[in-house]
Amino acid sequence: MFSGLNRLLMSRGGPAITGAVVGILAPVLSFLGNPANMGICVACFGRDIAGALGMHRAAVVQYIRPELSGFILGSLLAALMYKEFKPRTGSSPIIRFFLGMFAMIGALVFLGCPWRAYIRLSAGDLNAIPGIIGLSVGVIIGILFLWNGFSLGRSYPAKKAMGMIMPAFAVVLLALLILAPTFGPDGAGPIFFSETGPGSQHAPIAIALGVGLLVGWLAQRTRFCTVGAIRDLVMLRDFHLFNGVLAFIAAAFITNLLLGQFNLGMEGQPVAHTNILWNFMGMVLSGLAFTLAGGCPGRMFIMSGEGDGDAGIFILGMLVGAGIAHNFSLASSPAGPGAFGPSATIVGIIFCLAIGFLMREKVTV
Amino acid sequence: MSENTRVDARGLSCPQPVVETKKAMGKQAGGTIEVLVDTVTSRENVSRLARNQGWEVTAEELPDGGFKVTITKA
Repeated sequence: MFSGLNRLLMSRGGPAITGAVVGILAPVLSFLGNPANMGICVACFGRDIAGALGMHRAAVVQYIRPELSGFILGSLLAALMYKEFKPRTGSSPIIRFFLGMFAMIGALVFLGCPWRAYIRLSAGDLNAIPGIIGLSVGVIIGILFLWNGFSLGRSYPAKKAMGMIMPAFAVVLLALLILAPTFGPDGAGPIFFSETGPGSQHAPIAIALGVGLLVGWLAQRTRFCTVGAIRDLVMLRDFHLFNGVLAFIAAAFITNLLLGQFNLGMEGQPVAHTNILWNFMGMVLSGLAFTLAGGCPGRMFIMSGEGDGDAGIFILGMLVGAGIAHNFSLASSPAGPGAFGPSATIVGIIFCLAIGFLMREKVTV
Repeated sequence: MSENTRVDARGLSCPQPVVETKKAMGKQAGGTIEVLVDTVTSRENVSRLARNQGWEVTAEELPDGGFKVTITKA
């Protein structure tokens, strides 16, 4: 039965299966306690983890989200079982770090990763539309660079120990979540947990971790990627990843309706703002950074579980980016973009364009 | 134009193996293209692209754990 299921996941329909499962489980996680329209959000959850680790002190968004540890560990288990655990690194790690950082800043100007953009849309939040259009524009700019020889260079095989760094990090995060040490000055920290706001809202740990493991496994087997979906559709007219996104939105829409979580409009949407321009621009930056790095943030977590050290570096860049976004008043809030969010977005886009123009490589021999 | 091309896409991030294969296919109407990749995902992506474009695909695992995807068109 297991091998039959695996064949199904590895087929062209695999990404749609993953999309449907995530589309159902994300609103359910919100129902069970995660923030509204944030059942699963890789950027928001990364931001919460950065906050829990004290990398920023925005008191309302600090929590170690076990879903993300689950992504890495679920992917690791699937990769080990199917002999796809391949430690590798060395493809411009420092650039990937900064791409991760700016991708996170863009996502926090919009208030969500691509996954959350689709979840918000499926729950009736129309502010997601400029975000998704911006994401697509960013991806298309990235595609133009790819056609013109953009490359961050090759990665090379590495030792098993290197490939286990991110899974070990995932386990350490889980341990910190459960032990919640408080030996910092004033009896608070080094791990911080929100008492109010989105960071205080979470599904039971075991359920959140279980969903993370399942989604990590499914996404590893099916290569589910929300940025690759747009990219392959535009570049190659290949729908198979995009079907995953369509299934995701459809399943989330139905689940949100059933759970009474659908609310059509722009005003008063949970953890969202109504500034069309910066919803759009934030996601242009994210989409471009994700495309240059080779996948959406969810996919980065999955690849880091497969032993991809460069994806791991991208994730660490995202965490630092989250810290910077809140410490430097770049992140948006329901009131609108942060004071310096728009300028940071422009800086990020300039950075990505420079990388796109400067990093080229001829491959065919 | 040579009818026998080799694309070494080992270690390249998604979707570069596909991009380079597509470029190579664009340069020759038929013949054989060998694509070297290092992950199962890249092997699948290159194979899917080639089949969609009407090329025949065979793939073999190499001793170093990578794959050689051979695509041919008469």
